[in-house]
Amino acid sequence: MTVADYAFYLFSITMLVAATFTVVSKSPVHSVLWLILTFLSASGLFVLLGAEFVAMLLVIVYVGAVMVLFLFVVMMLDVDFAELKAGMAKYLPFGLLIGVVLILQMAFAFGDWTTAEGAEALRRSVTPDLTEVQNTAALGMLMYDDYLMLFQLAGLILLVAMIGAIVLTLRHRSDVKRQNVLFQMYRDPNTAIEIKDVKPGQGL
Amino acid sequence: MVGLEHYLTVAAALFVIGIFGLFLNRKNIIIILMSIEMILLSVNINLVAFSSFLGDLTGQIFTMLVLTVAAAEAAIGLAILVSFFRNRGTIDVEDVNVMKG
Repeated sequence: MTVADYAFYLFSITMLVAATFTVVSKSPVHSVLWLILTFLSASGLFVLLGAEFVAMLLVIVYVGAVMVLFLFVVMMLDVDFAELKAGMAKYLPFGLLIGVVLILQMAFAFGDWTTAEGAEALRRSVTPDLTEVQNTAALGMLMYDDYLMLFQLAGLILLVAMIGAIVLTLRHRSDVKRQNVLFQMYRDPNTAIEIKDVKPGQGL
Repeated sequence: MVGLEHYLTVAAALFVIGIFGLFLNRKNIIIILMSIEMILLSVNINLVAFSSFLGDLTGQIFTMLVLTVAAAEAAIGLAILVSFFRNRGTIDVEDVNVMKG
């Protein structure tokens, strides 16, 4: 076994253990942290596969953004999580059954799996030689050339998601005093100041 | 020597763990969202493994698109969760019957 093989087993075992703990851990904060470990190990697997760009994307987008979003939401919501965990033992046998069935199905599909004749010729975009073009540059050339439409649509999806998330969570609280800039600008001395002629010794 | 089959096995195991998590945490929608993220990650591992072993870069392009959709889905899901929690004071999935649908 080479170093890469040991790294594969290390990353995959870490990933599966972390995924299991994500699912079964008591506190959601721990779940999020285990999920971060899952994604980090998966990005290690991607590096082993030679997909460096996707691996770094996983670290930046998932560990850097999505998981922080999860952490924010988990810590912001004041929920009694012990109560939500109560039915876990009830669902355990059914979940295990579904898991075993899925594993059997995938094993059947895996056992009957062969590579077709001439599959090599059907490749849509052959990976260029690593000595000529690196992974990131090759992906960029492919994405901005052949898949420009999908790239733009992905951007549109992100825009819609952003606007949707803002609209869903924005709220105007009526019990908070806010600065009204226009109201302040349109004030003038005639309406704002009143001059009283106060007689000595009388007061207002 | 680690081959394509090893990666497919790991991805299948991660997929099953994700499905298992869906069934195990039927009430806690945050863990359900995390399980969905794990399922999408296992799909991504499959795509990248095939892309690497067959020498076809298209798989990695699709991985990026799946990642985009997964991030958007997580953001929208958490936004719905926050606004639901503000209105109902709970995140129990079984309470999601406001519209009596």
